[in-house]
Amino acid sequence: MPAGTLYRGREGMWSWVAHRVTGVLIFFFLFAHVIDTALVRVSPEAYDETIEIYKNPIVSVMEYGLVAAILFHALNGLRIVAVDFWEKGPRYQKQMFWIVMGIWVVLMAGAAYPILNHAFREVFGS
Amino acid sequence: MTAVIEEAASGPAPAQKPARDHTPIVITLRIRRFLPDLVGPNGEPPVPFWQDFQVEADPTERILTAMLKVKGEQDGSLTFRRSCAHGICGSDAMRINGRNRLACKTLVKDLDVTKPITIEAIKGLEVEKDLVVDMDPFFQSFKDVMPFLITSGNEPTRERLQSPEDRERFDDTTKCILCACCTTSCPVFWTDGQYFGPAAIVNAHRFIFDSRDEGAEQRLEILNEKEGVWRCRTTFNCTDACPRGIEVTKAIQEVKRALIFRRV
Ligand code: HEM
Ligand code: SF4
Ligand code: SF4
Ligand code: FES
Repeated sequence: MPAGTLYRGREGMWSWVAHRVTGVLIFFFLFAHVIDTALVRVSPEAYDETIEIYKNPIVSVMEYGLVAAILFHALNGLRIVAVDFWEKGPRYQKQMFWIVMGIWVVLMAGAAYPILNHAFREVFGS
Repeated sequence: MTAVIEEAASGPAPAQKPARDHTPIVITLRIRRFLPDLVGPNGEPPVPFWQDFQVEADPTERILTAMLKVKGEQDGSLTFRRSCAHGICGSDAMRINGRNRLACKTLVKDLDVTKPITIEAIKGLEVEKDLVVDMDPFFQSFKDVMPFLITSGNEPTRERLQSPEDRERFDDTTKCILCACCTTSCPVFWTDGQYFGPAAIVNAHRFIFDSRDEGAEQRLEILNEKEGVWRCRTTFNCTDACPRGIEVTKAIQEVKRALIFRRV
């Protein structure tokens, strides 16, 4: 341990770290997404080729990751709104964080089949 | 190494202290040290380093007691602040096992003693020696929010009365002992030393919501500035760290809402 230790924050600190990381991730996705969609104006063929790449199983897994990031950011964003504007929000922030995580897990389980089943079939055969 | 551990290793028979259920244990304090005089042979600047100390402690004792034992019996150069030793003066804030706390309010039994207990200076203020940091920027922010009663007109001849409900409005923020546990646990303050920080906002809150005070507008203006309340990202580190149990983030949110809705 040459340097100092990491601060051992709790739910509040780590949810903030995750919120910022997911926010930046979503930003870069949106950046790429604007470019790929804009391709259709340049050359419809190039656009089709790009979309073809997206059928790759690895891209499916990345899409699932994107859903994970957006869901967390959106749900935790609502928690932050509650902390900002609901009088009792700051007192119940930890409970709200675990509710967010609960809803997140349920929605992620629900999103697994629609997003991953194509990739699953491609890799393991149907 | 020292007489202290050898004695413990061979075991001071607990039976010698039959009246007490508090069997002493040996704990390791892993302290992050910084000695400003430790300049290298070629004039290299001093670097911080970790040093382990083994001390015997009663599980119900405080970390401060163990540290005083180290200073008294093993290494007199170990430097830290403390005064009251009872959680009132706010001078011994430090980072114990990664979290800001008062050494005088942290009991040995509440920590995992099977591993070394890490003790570091609080973050975000310049370390002067070992656990002593430069508190000037911290107190400057406190002064900047004008933490005193502001009134107009003639002084009344008797005390300024206030209803219990009005007193209750800011009760939580009157409990601050200015220990800096909150401000130096704040991720925003670590990277932006100009941020007023939670402690200054708590002390502004104490007057902003006091029905006898007339300086709320001025204080709100100060906290509306770039380095004021809007820097807070509601990470709640300050609330978790406050040894007085003040709901710090809640107070900050109340100031933010007072600014948005212009209502105190
Ligand atoms: C799905 C709807 C969304 C909601 C409900 C939402 C909500 C929020 C909220 C409430 C904050 C403030 C955080 C704070 O006060 O600390 C925030 C911050 C942020 N958001 Fe979002 N957001 C959404 C979508 C997005 C998108 C699409 C992007 C990317 C383009 C994004 C990027 C960011 C970034 C970079 C931050 C700054 C994080 C920080 O300051 O720590 N958000 N979001
Ligand atoms: S709640 Fe605000 S003031 Fe408190 S530690 Fe977090 S960012 Fe800092
Ligand atoms: S609000 Fe709590 S943590 Fe912050 S200085 Fe006051 S007593 Fe210390
Ligand atoms: S020594 Fe006074 S608060 Fe700990």
